[in-house]
Amino acid sequence: MTRPGLYVHVPFCEKKCAYCNFYSVTSLNDIPEYVNAILKELSLYNRDFSYFDTIYFGGGTPSLLSAAALSDVLIHVRKTFTIAADAEITAEINPGDADLHFLVSLRQMGVNRLNIGIQSFDEDILRFLDRRHTREQAIQSIEQARAAGFDNIGLDFMYGIPDHSLLSWKGTLSQALSFHPEHLSCYQLSLESDTPLGRRHQNNEFALPGEDEQAELFMLTSDILTGAGYLHYEVSNFARDDRCKSRHNQKYWRHVPYLGIGPAAHSFSGQRRWWNHRSVKQYLLDLREDRRPLEASETLTLSQQRLEASFLGLRTGEGIPLKHFSEQQEDMSPREREKVLELLVQQGLIVIQDGFLKPTRRGLAVADRLALML
Amino acid sequence: MENIRNFSIIAHIDHGKSTLADRLIQHTGVVNERNFKDQILDNMDIERERGITIKSQAICLPYKARDGKTYMLNLIDTPGHVDFSYEVSRSLASCEGVLLLIDAAQGVQAQTLANLYLAMEHDLEIIPVINKIDLPSADVERVIGQIDAELGLDADSHLQCSAKEGIGIEEILEAVVERIPPPEGDPEAPLAALIFDANYDPFRGTVIHCRIFTGQVKAGDTIRLMFNNALYRVEEVGHFLLTREKRDRISAGEVGYIIAGVKTVSDVHTGDTITLDNRPCAKALPGFKEVKPVVFASIYPIASDDYEDLADSLEKFKLNDASFIYQKDSSVALGQGFRCGFLGLLHLDIVQERLEREYDLSIILSVPSVRYRFTLKNGGVLEVDNPSHHPDPASIAKSEEPYIRATMMMPERYLGSVMKLCMDKRGANSTLSYTGPGRVELLYEMPLAEVIFDFYDRFKSVTQGYGSFDYDIIDYRESQLVLLDILVNGEKVDALSQIVHRERARARGLLACERLKEEIPRQMFKIAIQGVIGGEIVSRTTISAFRKDVTAKCYGGDITRKRKLLEKQKKGKKRMKMIGSVSIPQSAFLSVLRSETE
Repeated sequence: MTRPGLYVHVPFCEKKCAYCNFYSVTSLNDIPEYVNAILKELSLYNRDFSYFDTIYFGGGTPSLLSAAALSDVLIHVRKTFTIAADAEITAEINPGDADLHFLVSLRQMGVNRLNIGIQSFDEDILRFLDRRHTREQAIQSIEQARAAGFDNIGLDFMYGIPDHSLLSWKGTLSQALSFHPEHLSCYQLSLESDTPLGRRHQNNEFALPGEDEQAELFMLTSDILTGAGYLHYEVSNFARDDRCKSRHNQKYWRHVPYLGIGPAAHSFSGQRRWWNHRSVKQYLLDLREDRRPLEASETLTLSQQRLEASFLGLRTGEGIPLKHFSEQQEDMSPREREKVLELLVQQGLIVIQDGFLKPTRRGLAVADRLALML
Repeated sequence: MENIRNFSIIAHIDHGKSTLADRLIQHTGVVNERNFKDQILDNMDIERERGITIKSQAICLPYKARDGKTYMLNLIDTPGHVDFSYEVSRSLASCEGVLLLIDAAQGVQAQTLANLYLAMEHDLEIIPVINKIDLPSADVERVIGQIDAELGLDADSHLQCSAKEGIGIEEILEAVVERIPPPEGDPEAPLAALIFDANYDPFRGTVIHCRIFTGQVKAGDTIRLMFNNALYRVEEVGHFLLTREKRDRISAGEVGYIIAGVKTVSDVHTGDTITLDNRPCAKALPGFKEVKPVVFASIYPIASDDYEDLADSLEKFKLNDASFIYQKDSSVALGQGFRCGFLGLLHLDIVQERLEREYDLSIILSVPSVRYRFTLKNGGVLEVDNPSHHPDPASIAKSEEPYIRATMMMPERYLGSVMKLCMDKRGANSTLSYTGPGRVELLYEMPLAEVIFDFYDRFKSVTQGYGSFDYDIIDYRESQLVLLDILVNGEKVDALSQIVHRERARARGLLACERLKEEIPRQMFKIAIQGVIGGEIVSRTTISAFRKDVTAKCYGGDITRKRKLLEKQKKGKKRMKMIGSVSIPQSAFLSVLRSETE
């Protein structure tokens, strides 16, 4: 689990979704040059990284690339680095893009995990989010993924949508459970100012649920899914069992190094973070000249490393080692620290187990706050 | 001595005192234009920012007058805030005359009058100067009328200037030479020098600023400070130019400095008399008063590890501020700290700001208090300036609190709202007089405790800035006092306790709860805030807990953005104090005194 992961960002979308602020462009003309640039960028890191045990194609919309292009990338990755025999190789796909033929090709080139951006089974919500697929296509994509032989499927959902009745969310969840997905990600809608939804919200076109309602939705989601046997292992993530947790995403939370390839991708070495230009044009330009397409980098101080480890760790059920708590809060006396812990335990926000501070489900709902306290 | 003039500029706050001082300095060429730093006499950052002179300063201006002779004009700057009126009086005692500066737009204000009275007490020559005549809103005719009617001065004696534009500066200097009398005093008589200020030089120790009335002093003399009969050997004497200029001796009529191995400024008292040990003067110069702090508050470090740093900083700070006093104190809620005494709330503000800015300390200030007096049934008398030392109510025979006389001036139309405010503040025995057409002077006796908190801000707000205010402490009066405690999650926070008047106690309890609810951010658990008097809960409020505070998505690998956000929040948290398990922001401690009208 401490081996690095590889992330490949595919920054193309047929159409931007109303809530999304991940970097992507809707002009698809650059895709061929982009694929070549990806291959080149991978080669530029062959001295810094040698071995990966997870690969993740994210976006954007990776399913906008042809199967042949994705396959070229994977072949090149295998040529440049050593890839674990049992590596987890995930592709994000969009319902509607991926027909059975494409899915079978993914399976054949070695992709063994799919993450499908369903978001909702409620047509109204799909429209509100400006998704380009229908409920019908969503269902079909899951069925076809199974038909193509995928036995590790993650479904992405969004909740806390304005005027979104509790009933609608419960309906979406129960439909999701009927497919027995290995993994579920349920994200509470958060608004970014530079998205269409963010702007509509600023114009007071709609209101988000209040804090109390959000907390209730969060707990309800957790109750339903844990009731169905899933592990609530990260703020927004649920796994059918231990083996179904997203190995790649866990690296982010466990402070494990990863290499991000593609425009706007972020990388981490354990002490250094660097990230690529948030511009396809600039990215392509740099790689035409064999330069790493870096926008910036930073070297983390010890206290920054600790803060990161703590806020990332507290997003997961694993929590953080108890001793990290005392290192973080040097300005508290041992007695004060003792008291804070006691109170958080009393409030049912954390448990202390095997030398770890583990957030409870209610603790996960306030993980950011916990990170500031712990 | 014929060529010496000792004078001050006195004015209401913001009437342009420091700007005029700058112009006089520039005009006499003590500094050249190039390295002229605006408002040289206010040389602390805070002074420049707030536009208030905190400490007095002196400077000697060599001036070649129209009569062809060169004069030494000693300008003694005075602090410009009501908290420092004793310091002003000592500076004035060192002068023969004053420039009474009046803003052409605002006209005569409360401090204009208060300062005028002070100058008259010292029999000084008074030159009224109307400043800011360049302002579009300037109404010079009206101010001339006020000089005659409200100040009782000869209106023809006034000068006009714009310190900002440098208009009329020469005329002012000429008037200083012509109209202010030269000092008198026998240089051969025994030494009598008045201390009007002192500052601390890290290399030389305390530098005493003084005015010599009779006699002379030189290096090697042994001087005696008459208040505590302390003896020091003089190392150096001199004049204040832009920097200190060493002289062989300073003698009667002059203003200058003495360096005599005095360790801290607290060893010298403003207003004390310096004489020679082997030939003392018969009696001390009049008017000496030991300055006593009137507002008290405790200072605690936010992080308990910073206690030693705080102790060091206070010690250094004290070197230069004799009116600031402190001693060790401890609080159940806040740990080790110091109980400090201040001349007023502005002084307290300044100390807090300087400790944070110059010594980089994060500190918590407890709720400020005045000094109460309790006569116990067993006959003992207890002075209490810290609510946590409030005696057992059953043992108290009589409680008293300090009263002040407030002098307020305002246009007549604000009279009603000001009187209401004063009554809200338990004001009594008012006197009203008309100082001019449409303008009134209102005197009120009020408990100091009511005034030090938010009186001044509210007064300014009800008079829309047209009112002015000054005060003197008069005496102690009997009062029904009770102790109001604040509990946060059941734990008493002693730094939030207040001694309050019985009739106001319930309202103050409610107010404190409300303010704290505004100031204390939601936390991981519910917080109950209660106001308690003698075991009875008089007010309560709750702050509900955070229930949802986490970003849904935290990958795609961009951890940097998220971390920066948390770092920012963490920095904010550093300015809070953990009490029990509740983080209380610094601002909460002073907020409990803010009234509802803000």
